[in-house]
Amino acid sequence: MSPVPITTEPVKTFKINGQDVSARETESILQAARAHNIDIPTLCHLEGLSSTGACRLCMVEIKGSNKLFPACVTRVQEGIEVMTHSERLVKYRRMLMELIFSERNHVCAVCVVNGHCELQSTAQKLGMDHVRYPYLNPQLEVDASHERYAVDHNRCILCTRCVRVCDEIETAHTWDVMGRGIGSKVITDFNQPWGESETCTRCGKCVNVCPTGALFEKGKSVAEMAKQRQFLPYLVSRREAMIE
Amino acid sequence: MSERNKPRFATLWLDGCSGCHMSFLDMDEWLLDLAGQVEVVYSPLVDTKAFPENVDITLIEGGVASHEDIEKLLKIRARTKTLIAFGDCAVTANVPAMRNPFGLEAVMKQVYLDSDAIQPQVPNLIVPQLLDRVVPVHRIVKVDVYIPGCPPSARTIKAVVGELLAGRQPDVMALTRFGA
Amino acid sequence: MTNEELLAVMEQERQAKGQLKYCVQVCSSTGCASSNSEAVAAALQQQVKEANLQETVQVKLVGCMGLCALGPLVEIERVQIQPGAPPDVLLYQSVTPADAPDIVAGLASGQPVRRLRLEMDDPFFTRQTKVVLAQAGRIDPERIEDYIAEGGYQALFKALAEMTPAEVIEEVSKSGLRGRGGGGYPTGLKWNTVAKVQSDQKYLICNADEGDPGAFMDRSILESDPHLVIEGMIIGAYAVGANKGYVYVRAEYPLAVKRMRQAIRQAERAGFLGQNICGADFSFNVEIRLGAGAFVCGEETALMASIEGRRGAPRPRPPYPAASGLWGKPTLINNVETFANVPGIILNGGDAYARVGTEKSKGTKIFALTGKVNHTGLIEVPMGVTLREVIYEIGGGIPDGRRFKAVQTGGPSGGCIPEQFLDTPVDYESLSALGSIMGSGGMIVIDDSSSMIDVAKYFMEFSKEESCGKCVPCRVGTAQMYDLLCKFSAGEATEFDLRLLEDLCDLVRNTSLCGLGQTAPNPVISTLKYFRDEYLAKIKKPEEVFGVAARANGRAPGQVEQTA
Repeated sequence: MSPVPITTEPVKTFKINGQDVSARETESILQAARAHNIDIPTLCHLEGLSSTGACRLCMVEIKGSNKLFPACVTRVQEGIEVMTHSERLVKYRRMLMELIFSERNHVCAVCVVNGHCELQSTAQKLGMDHVRYPYLNPQLEVDASHERYAVDHNRCILCTRCVRVCDEIETAHTWDVMGRGIGSKVITDFNQPWGESETCTRCGKCVNVCPTGALFEKGKSVAEMAKQRQFLPYLVSRREAMIE
Repeated sequence: MSERNKPRFATLWLDGCSGCHMSFLDMDEWLLDLAGQVEVVYSPLVDTKAFPENVDITLIEGGVASHEDIEKLLKIRARTKTLIAFGDCAVTANVPAMRNPFGLEAVMKQVYLDSDAIQPQVPNLIVPQLLDRVVPVHRIVKVDVYIPGCPPSARTIKAVVGELLAGRQPDVMALTRFGA
Repeated sequence: MTNEELLAVMEQERQAKGQLKYCVQVCSSTGCASSNSEAVAAALQQQVKEANLQETVQVKLVGCMGLCALGPLVEIERVQIQPGAPPDVLLYQSVTPADAPDIVAGLASGQPVRRLRLEMDDPFFTRQTKVVLAQAGRIDPERIEDYIAEGGYQALFKALAEMTPAEVIEEVSKSGLRGRGGGGYPTGLKWNTVAKVQSDQKYLICNADEGDPGAFMDRSILESDPHLVIEGMIIGAYAVGANKGYVYVRAEYPLAVKRMRQAIRQAERAGFLGQNICGADFSFNVEIRLGAGAFVCGEETALMASIEGRRGAPRPRPPYPAASGLWGKPTLINNVETFANVPGIILNGGDAYARVGTEKSKGTKIFALTGKVNHTGLIEVPMGVTLREVIYEIGGGIPDGRRFKAVQTGGPSGGCIPEQFLDTPVDYESLSALGSIMGSGGMIVIDDSSSMIDVAKYFMEFSKEESCGKCVPCRVGTAQMYDLLCKFSAGEATEFDLRLLEDLCDLVRNTSLCGLGQTAPNPVISTLKYFRDEYLAKIKKPEEVFGVAARANGRAPGQVEQTA
């Protein structure tokens, strides 16, 4: 017996990069693309968490519109023709990566996730061999007050995966964002030291969904920290099964 | 091939740890091949005092940290056909730039004044004047090829230099990455 | 309140006014209030009392009269005995409390005070068409009776008694009214969309989070004629079937907040808000929500997040508020000026409204005219009037014998329009064709003493500060653009920097999540387009910026002073 539940949900057929694809109508273009092994880069998106459309790397073109659409939050539609790798999109993605690198103090060589970092691998995949914008080099702190984990804001890209996993999966809502614009920062509770947080359950989900070395386990040295994400699809499917 | 017709090759070491040059030396026996293919006209590895004219390829290791670095770069750029940012310090300013968020003054004070109980003073004679921020090479001059890596592996260097000498554009990012 | 009671209040007010000889109206809006107009009013009151004229002279605080540059303004209206006679008014400018005795003496003698008198035949007054602002500066915004006396709430009665919600929407559609917050989306179409959605609960929001530098249209409307906005909201709620409304207004507008609060209470007491409004099977309540001054909260999805008590950050659309807005319910959200246009449309008909304006932009538009122009202040003009008329006739031209250089419309989302386009009609399409936008109505005149790079830098600093920080292009892109503009301003930019700047304009415009980021490059794009020379003049060679010469200039030596 197939474990896949039979769905009565309508299916949409459309094209991605000229290839015929189909998807359930509630799926996003990103989900449809990935189901057909078409790679669209993402940093803020993580399957199992809500989508926010913040990193803008997954922007795609839809024929007939001058606008770009974030694939992670754009639903599939019948008959649309999606382009994921036009010259313009490739250029924009590279620029977005450059902006992310220029924002804080990313030094891969001394980073705890060197070799296991989504920011690093995405940069490589997109062919970003240097950053044209001046580095902003803000002075940011490291909070190592937690007994098991630490947060290094120098490496944070504000993807808010930690905020979402803590709120949506662990339902502790320890993490949130404070400040505005370039001064934004993820915080624990009311911007208290993480170690003094009353809501943190020490589950470590935030650490493992973090795409960079911003959140890491204490005691890990350069390149030693690889993130474990298996828990997320497992918890999400368990939860869905319970709801059904 | 006579020495006259060989491509003229140079390497330069700015603000970095020399690790990239060490990795260069790790190319082992290929160094002999390279020595046969190019004329090394300037490098910390050879005994030349002045950067010559008409250089074909220059590898630059290290970030730009002082006015002296800038002056060297401007001169070298004018005399080099293909300028290569060699390693993460040249490409991103990397570890040397970790002083940037604090500002030069605070760093100098910490290192030379606060940490030295016997003769606290900031060296400012003879030594080159430092920039308030360490910047990548391409902030100052145009760079033709970037080789990220800390350091780039010997294989990467060999592949990139080999391709360039063969007159082809190397696909560097297929070989290496930041922090590699 | 029934229609008969409404008419009775109107009659009462008219009779009370008929007892008077003069009505002395003192502007109490923020502009004049900041130059001491309340003390002027108190002094006038005192003088009237001393001259024993209380029976025939009324001193009252009113809203904005428009010519803020010459405030405090005091209007003397001679009450006409014959109904329908043209108003007999004169205006005094820059009045101080010390002028009160002369003004009151003038009332007794019938001789105006010459030194304070402002000519009413100036184009500033004669070239305007006041529709939304018709009662601003004439009625006491703190009295609902004043509003009723001038025909207020009659549109509401008409809508409730004689029209179905569909007919109300039809009338608004016919009027051609478009969103006055800047987007220019057809109001009737928006109302129709919300009306069509089936839901047990719908919301209506009045967006009063005006935040562009140099813009104060919405503030002035709320301060001068709050009931007009409330009436428009009630009609809107009736049309789309909303039963709960919010006015989202920034806390930095204390007077507007106070007057809006007062007006809501008065409207509740009169039965215009609450259960079974005016006896109809329709209930609607309004609450005020204060914004903490984040510009991005003017963006509708961020505004709704803020009302819900969450961080004011935008979310991707769709879903649009009409389908899923406040707390996931269908929501109609319009700007202050849009709602303020509604009662007139209902009362006089959409066709009458559409007779003013251009083919695609109907009605009038209020502008806050500021910068290097003689008559800074609040103006209302028909759509389609040219920029030249606004700046040179109504605005009275450029002060200090300077030359006009550009006019900036639309605030940080807009662009700079140079002299050669001064004859462009002011409407949504014409302004956007020039790379600017209508926006909510900020209009900043720039003379030849200003650098356009500095103008662009100023607005980019604003956008950078006001970016919510959610998406990468807006958060980092505006910060990088600001830094680049600083380099241009300081004369330390290279050709490479110009390329970076232009690329960033393109990226940030096309990939940002919300309108703030998408429009943030506009001031740079338009100045690069029309004033490129200024940028080119600042460009240096890399050797000049980084080289020995720069070092001799003492640039970035990074030297630490020896202290030991």
